[in-house]
Amino acid sequence: MQNSSDSDGLNKFLIELGGLSRFTVQFFRELFRPPYEHKEFLKQAYQIGLSTLPLISITAFIMGLVLTLQSKPVMAEFGAESWLPGMVSVSIVREIGPVITALICAGKIGSGIGAELGSMRVTEQIDAMDVSGTNPMNYLVVTRVLATTFMIPILVFYADAVSFYGSYLAVNLQGFTSFPLFMSLAFDPLHFYDLIPATIKTFFFGFAIGIIGCYKGYYSEKGTEGVGRAANSAVVISSLVIFIMDLIAVQLADLLNIFMR
Amino acid sequence: MIDIEQHTSDDYVIEIANLKKTFNGKPVLKDISLKIKRSENVVVLGKSGIGKSVLIKCIVGLIQPDSGSLKVFGKDVLDMNSRDLNDLRTKVGFIFQGNALYDSMTVRENLEFPLRRNKIIKDTKLINELILDVLDNVGLLEAIDKMPSELSGGMKKRIGLARTLILKPEIILYDEPTTGLDPLTSREISNLIVKIQKKYNATSIIITHDLNCAKITSNRMLILHDGIFKAKGSFDELKNSDNKWVRSFFEMA
Repeated sequence: MQNSSDSDGLNKFLIELGGLSRFTVQFFRELFRPPYEHKEFLKQAYQIGLSTLPLISITAFIMGLVLTLQSKPVMAEFGAESWLPGMVSVSIVREIGPVITALICAGKIGSGIGAELGSMRVTEQIDAMDVSGTNPMNYLVVTRVLATTFMIPILVFYADAVSFYGSYLAVNLQGFTSFPLFMSLAFDPLHFYDLIPATIKTFFFGFAIGIIGCYKGYYSEKGTEGVGRAANSAVVISSLVIFIMDLIAVQLADLLNIFMR
Repeated sequence: MIDIEQHTSDDYVIEIANLKKTFNGKPVLKDISLKIKRSENVVVLGKSGIGKSVLIKCIVGLIQPDSGSLKVFGKDVLDMNSRDLNDLRTKVGFIFQGNALYDSMTVRENLEFPLRRNKIIKDTKLINELILDVLDNVGLLEAIDKMPSELSGGMKKRIGLARTLILKPEIILYDEPTTGLDPLTSREISNLIVKIQKKYNATSIIITHDLNCAKITSNRMLILHDGIFKAKGSFDELKNSDNKWVRSFFEMA
């Protein structure tokens, strides 16, 4: 019995992986095929930015603040308080900023795309688009995936900046460090080989959130339950993929560091 | 582009032969053959879940049949590439059972969507005139700036019809056009279907299990059962059929 359920699970996983791969190939095929839906792309990008901005602002601010407050006693013990801004900035830019922002976006944007396309599938709006001579893959999927791919890196930069501000306030809760001095200490240990891999991986995070959300929504099962499941699995799978991608990105970034140092 | 004129010498716009479709091993369409002339309204009657919608979805390429031949305007739909299929779809209107209006767009945006996407007409003034014209035809000029969620069931049906009419289709496929409507609105929609047939000279397949709708709209009726057409004829012929099973359809109503 156990073997049978294991093989069922493996089958489902492989079918899902195959489906997602085929969907990705289809996306790249449609990407360069006109018509190019500029307006829909800009609308999606605007909505993604607007809908996540408050959540990202609060989370990033708290992230910078808490990280600094938590690290402060340890750093103080070693008499290395002046390294605090640098340590926090490296953690935020290299790892915490991209990953936390991507996870928030997976929850907020991924589920939104999954639910939106899922309900469009269930109410036959995608079929209606198809029969009116509009390619829904081009109009719905390409625009959304491109929007997430380009918006997540921008949101990550924004989240990093807000985190820095949170960290600056935390440093100043006890004692005084001027803003220029704080920024100088924060940027001092940062190098391009910290920034470039961290930025590149955010494009991949954005792509994963978009393509998985669209895939789950586009092939949503019928009924309201199907829409719920599409939204839910879009979040779960894209979050998991973000962690896996991050793991690979860290290994590649380490290799890059070795060559560039 | 599909050359319509060249293929209409025999006046059949839809020719289906030996169409078969199976879902998960269960045959839904076993052997469907049908020819429909230009400007004819054909009603396909049958119980729910019998495969009526599958048939019309095959005609526009939304579902791929397992075997058989399916010609629209003389061209085989199953051999079409995506560009030909898109061209065909601008000439074949499809009215969905649940209306399928784009719920994030206003009525105006719903109506201009197929025109703008297919770049059939680029002039905004002309698009506006067309929108007003089709809304006038379905009697809903006042709904132009409303969202689909603000419309009643009957109004949604009319807007769904208007969205199809804006492309001036030569064939219209209706999937349960009166389902979920009160008898009075059902009658209004049925009359509208006849009005459209006359005004646009459109060929229609109307999938329904509403006998009043069938009576008003049909030039010819077919009863689908067990994957094949069990009976064919006019409404009155089928109603007075010698076959008890066929008559039972009408007696139940």
